[in-house]
Amino acid sequence: MASNESPLLDSTILNIRDLNLFYGQAQALSSINLAIPRKKVTAFIGPSGCGKSTLLRCLNRMNDLIDIVRVAGSITLDGEEINSPAMDVINLRRRVGMVFQQSNPFPKSIYENVIFGLRIAGINNKGTLDETVERSLRGAAIWDEVKDRLHESALGLSGGQAQRICIARAIAVNPEVILMDEPCSALDPIATAKIEELIHELKKLFTVVIVTHNMQQAARVSDCTAFLYMGELIEFNETRKIFTNPDNAQTEDYITGRFG
Amino acid sequence: MKHFWLRGEPQVIATAAALGITLLLTLTLVIVVLVNGMGFFWPAGVARAVLKDGTVIAGEITAREMGQPPRLQFKVGNRDLYGQDFRWVDRAEITSLSYPSDLIVLERKEHGNFYGFTKTVSVDGEQAAAGGDPAQRLDAAWEQVAGKSKTASSLDKQVSDLTYQAERIRQQMTRLSHDDRQGNTATIAALKGRLDGTLARIDGLAEQQNGEATELRRATVTVADASGTGKEIPIADIVRIYRPNSMTVWAKTMYYLERLRELLFDEPRESNTEGGLFPAIFGTVMMVLLMTLFSLPFGVIAAVYLREYAQEGFLVRMVRIAVNNLAGVPSIVYGVFGLGFFVYGIGSGMDRLFYPERLPTPTFGTGGILWSSLTLALLTVPVIIVATEESLAAIPKGIREGSLSLGATKFQTLTRLLLPMATPGIMTGMILSMARAAGEVAPLMLVGVVKLAPSLPLDMRFPYFHMDRKFMHLGFHIYDVGFQSPNVEAAKPMVYVTTLLLLAIVIAASSSAIYLRTIMKKRYTTRTF
Ligand SMILES: Nc1ncnc2c1ncn2[C@@H]1O[C@H](COP(=O)(O)OP(=O)(O)O)[C@@H](O)[C@H]1O
Ligand SMILES: [Mg+2]
Repeated sequence: MASNESPLLDSTILNIRDLNLFYGQAQALSSINLAIPRKKVTAFIGPSGCGKSTLLRCLNRMNDLIDIVRVAGSITLDGEEINSPAMDVINLRRRVGMVFQQSNPFPKSIYENVIFGLRIAGINNKGTLDETVERSLRGAAIWDEVKDRLHESALGLSGGQAQRICIARAIAVNPEVILMDEPCSALDPIATAKIEELIHELKKLFTVVIVTHNMQQAARVSDCTAFLYMGELIEFNETRKIFTNPDNAQTEDYITGRFG
Repeated sequence: MKHFWLRGEPQVIATAAALGITLLLTLTLVIVVLVNGMGFFWPAGVARAVLKDGTVIAGEITAREMGQPPRLQFKVGNRDLYGQDFRWVDRAEITSLSYPSDLIVLERKEHGNFYGFTKTVSVDGEQAAAGGDPAQRLDAAWEQVAGKSKTASSLDKQVSDLTYQAERIRQQMTRLSHDDRQGNTATIAALKGRLDGTLARIDGLAEQQNGEATELRRATVTVADASGTGKEIPIADIVRIYRPNSMTVWAKTMYYLERLRELLFDEPRESNTEGGLFPAIFGTVMMVLLMTLFSLPFGVIAAVYLREYAQEGFLVRMVRIAVNNLAGVPSIVYGVFGLGFFVYGIGSGMDRLFYPERLPTPTFGTGGILWSSLTLALLTVPVIIVATEESLAAIPKGIREGSLSLGATKFQTLTRLLLPMATPGIMTGMILSMARAAGEVAPLMLVGVVKLAPSLPLDMRFPYFHMDRKFMHLGFHIYDVGFQSPNVEAAKPMVYVTTLLLLAIVIAASSSAIYLRTIMKKRYTTRTF
């Protein structure tokens, strides 16, 4: 059985207990127990369709958007129950930001993209906005590339730039956790390298949870790795341990490329 | 041969041919309308023809028939003398054809054009001396009379203002006596006094007007048609005098522009076959705008609910099918519905509630521009719903997810991202619906369009927008002038001109909408990788 506790002796920020998830009748996640450490990068790996994205989307309740989803079990963010009806989803999503597989800049200027989260929260103070834009774009390592065209459309950017704008947009609202669902799968190697570098920087301020099907990437960027298979958590441990000496035979088969 | 089919060339050719035929048909239609419509105001030469039997006729040659025997159609005018405007003459009958420069055309307020020659001009009952050029004297006299009738029209304005006041007083009186006859006796009596005063002033003005009119009508011109039959015409009845055979190109251009101005800005005359089309243009544009005002918000909101909020399921699918199929309902059915529901249902109810004192004269309980726009809004709202739904559906899922993941509510996502992004598509729907509404006639005939509306639905008098008024419409005008007027042949060019105008309005409206849409599209879809 997988280890339940955080493999590192850090404080846990997200604690998943006995999580089961169904798409209609089909079970996509079964009895997941996982503790995600604070200010570390946690990677979810596993073969396609094993439930990585589904698990990730539980963490900011994006699965609410799909009518047929049923969730049972508990996820706590700093001790607060995420799945409870009392949880304010809007507030949860501000605390747990998300970056998607396909970069999805809004058809607005770069500036407006970055401050979108602030605008909808009703913040319109020019000083605050300007400051947030610079901080977020620097945080996403794209400030130098776009500082002279903040008011041009974000749709004119390249894929890698657009993805970093999306990261800037996510960190502009100062979340505690950033979820990334295969953020590099649509990018070329150079853009991918930039994002990976950026993830190293991000963990100084945020907790990062990243889904990837690229094991080298998981090995490069993450501190802890969770291996999922057919909706079950097979193994969760320090990345170093998983990639050098996994406890579970299935994990070993997967990372050595014998299946998946 | 097999190769030829496999390469797919024939299929490409077939698609190109289909497009080509469509374009060709449309182009032919537009060109026919353009040629006939634009040429109508250009002053054609007036021919004087001597026939074998000795009769002489004068008129514009309006058609040539190549049959056996070949014939010419003359627009001879002088309806009051001949009883009809047109005359067919066998080519072989004509012994000589000339274009005398002193041939004159008088456009009259009644009986259509007069073609002939000026004889004498008499002002104030005095025959002017035989010397001098009668043509010049006619022009001078006409000039003078036109100036005087301008001052007379200021009297018209006064009379109509007073009539309006009298009408309001009368309405106030009926309302008061309707509410409480006993209690309001004193006020009613006072109002009665004011009403009598106003009516007396109207009578006075009318008398003055009559006097001036008779005075004006004393200036006359005696003209003779081609065969010499004389006719005395009051100069006040002449709208325009011209001699097409001696006009320079410049003069003809000025004449053309003047006719164009009249068309766009003046009232119609002679049961709509002459004069301007201003009320019809105004009515069409205002009705279409009102229609858009109703159908656009309504359709967009309905589509947003269907696409963004409603649970996808059997019911929503049925609604969607129903909406799509509404387009197949004959438009006259909408007219019948509008008449039954809006006019007799809601309109009569409004009259009983708000205007009981005017009953049995209906205010909203009869066709009007409000009900017409609502009926057409009903007719075009499916177009807007479908267009909006399609463009909402075309927005990538990532946009919604991105917005929601930043803590936006569904409504914020909708107003800040989805609707702006859907705007170009919504505008396409709006363009289509406006074009459809501008050309629709059948339902309007039941719910408020008329041949001749006494006043515009928008004027300077409180409450400015008169939603209950009937209005004129270019499409109905085509039907009425082309097929219902007593003088169909004379009205034919007017049909082309009206069609041209309607086309121009639709094209102007859609071009501006398309321009706006291009700007929007640029804003939302410059994406490069
Ligand atoms: N919207 C959905 N409706 C129904 N089933 C879904 C939906 N999304 C994912 N699934 C199913 O859930 C399982 C896990 O999917 P997902 O989490 O996307 O896998 P991964 O991201 O690991 O490739 C798959 O079997 C997939 O078919
Ligand atoms: Mg996935």
